[in-house]
Amino acid sequence: MNAEEVERVAHLARLGLNQEERGAYAQDLSRILDLVSQMNAVATDGVEPMTHPDEAGLRLRPDAVSGEIDRNRLLAIAPKTRDGLYLVPKVIE
Amino acid sequence: MEWETVIGLEVHAQLKTRSKIFSGAPTAYGAAANTQANVVDAALPGVLPVLNGEAVRMAARLGLAIGATVHKRSVFARKNYFYPDLPKGYQISQYEHPIVERGQLTITTASGEKIIGITRAHLEEDAGKSLHEDMGGFTGIDLNRAGTPLLEIVSEPDMRSAAEAVAYLKTLHTLVRYLEICDGNMQEGSFRCDANVSVRPLGETRLGTRAELKNINSFRFVERAIEYEVRRQIALLSSGGQVRQETRLYDSVRDETRSMRSKEEANDYRYFPDPDLPTLLLTEAFLAEVKDAMPELPDAKRRRFGAQYGLSLYDAGVLTASRELAQYYEEAVMAAGGEPKLVANWVAGELAARLNEEGLDIVSAKVTAQALAGLVRRVADGTVSGKMAKDVFEAMWAGEGDADAIIAARGLRQISDDSAIEEVVKQVIAANPKQLAQYQAGEEKVFTFFVGQTMKASRGKANPAKVNEILKRLLTP
Repeated sequence: MNAEEVERVAHLARLGLNQEERGAYAQDLSRILDLVSQMNAVATDGVEPMTHPDEAGLRLRPDAVSGEIDRNRLLAIAPKTRDGLYLVPKVIE
Repeated sequence: MEWETVIGLEVHAQLKTRSKIFSGAPTAYGAAANTQANVVDAALPGVLPVLNGEAVRMAARLGLAIGATVHKRSVFARKNYFYPDLPKGYQISQYEHPIVERGQLTITTASGEKIIGITRAHLEEDAGKSLHEDMGGFTGIDLNRAGTPLLEIVSEPDMRSAAEAVAYLKTLHTLVRYLEICDGNMQEGSFRCDANVSVRPLGETRLGTRAELKNINSFRFVERAIEYEVRRQIALLSSGGQVRQETRLYDSVRDETRSMRSKEEANDYRYFPDPDLPTLLLTEAFLAEVKDAMPELPDAKRRRFGAQYGLSLYDAGVLTASRELAQYYEEAVMAAGGEPKLVANWVAGELAARLNEEGLDIVSAKVTAQALAGLVRRVADGTVSGKMAKDVFEAMWAGEGDADAIIAARGLRQISDDSAIEEVVKQVIAANPKQLAQYQAGEEKVFTFFVGQTMKASRGKANPAKVNEILKRLLTP
């Protein structure tokens, strides 16, 4: 993985990396990819991919409104609010 | 060169659950900002999603209704992107393993029936709302909608015109309301549509480069947005240009689409299975239960109405456009003791026009099915003419009572007695010797003059069929 690829991934994850960090991450990530690629040597034809180790399946919740909503407590955590809205730097598509 | 239009549609249907898909917060529309967003919706650290079983049941119901495979295993995935209306930094959706795959829907247009393939339908959560106006240079975020369950229904690129796209949308819109999984309210955003549109030379089998049209919130706008986009792409290609793959926004005020963002750069969502949510497993028993609870579907009801009531498939389609309208019709036919075609004319005619005028739904009609049946009985037995019945209907709508009471109070009873009508006709003929001479000299159009005069003289009460018959007899020398 080169510094350019690291920069792209970092941007997607909204991480700011300096020159030195980019180089270090490029090395670390490359080693991780090498490790993962060792697994490619194993024959997996006909093996169904496992996304979760727990095969008990997802627990479903009944469709009922539950729990408290304390809007003021949640708004109090935010840096800036107005009329019950969270304010963020202007985003326009 | 002749061009062919290719359209695929993505519909986001908000599921009609009481609580959100992964949290216990309520989903009601129109609440004060952020009063319906709890710690899960606000993505506080440490919270975990717990799936709403009813949302799963609703997705399965749609899957069975479109003849699709409802998978016994499906997987939730994270779609990663940063936007403030989605505080987690990812949307929980389904990617490689959606709950529903490979279904179809039959649509009817002026050129007949056509089957449209449905690629998949998957469960996901809605995002919050961003407000850009009057925020002092900031953007305001309301998370009430965040976490509302959505079923994204993706069609195959099987539609070849804007009219087919609208027919597909209307058919799907009717279906989700029949299934009671979505309220279908397009103004409130409960049923949203994105259209993938491309054109290609007629006969070409490869697809052209497509544009994705967003922000289309009515059937009329879908048609106009697609038509505009098709014209734009054809003009571009005809002049040697190329269509760019991008997202375009439809502006209904200016009736045009414009570029929103280039899809290539935005489209890196790095999906991966959500470690917070194990595999969704459905049992045979669960699917059997969903199947047993399935109501009569719109297409089956339409065909039954055609066969059972002797209606055209078009009329049957109008009357089965919603479950409530179909129920109203059947109640009226039963109460009238028959007369299915007459009832159909009244429901699709006078009643529909009145509802439309006042912006009312069938469930809030001011004339009940039983009351309408009372009027239809009086038309069928000749007590009132069709024209008089319209006045009676207006009075019923205004709350003046049932049909019989209004007919009695207004003395609207139609005169069908031959001798009484003859009396009036004789007077009219005697009073108009000039027109009589004209008629007898061969000017047949004067006949309608006599009809009009007779109806006027009887104050509209004479049975028109009888008037015609008697006039013909007495005018002939």
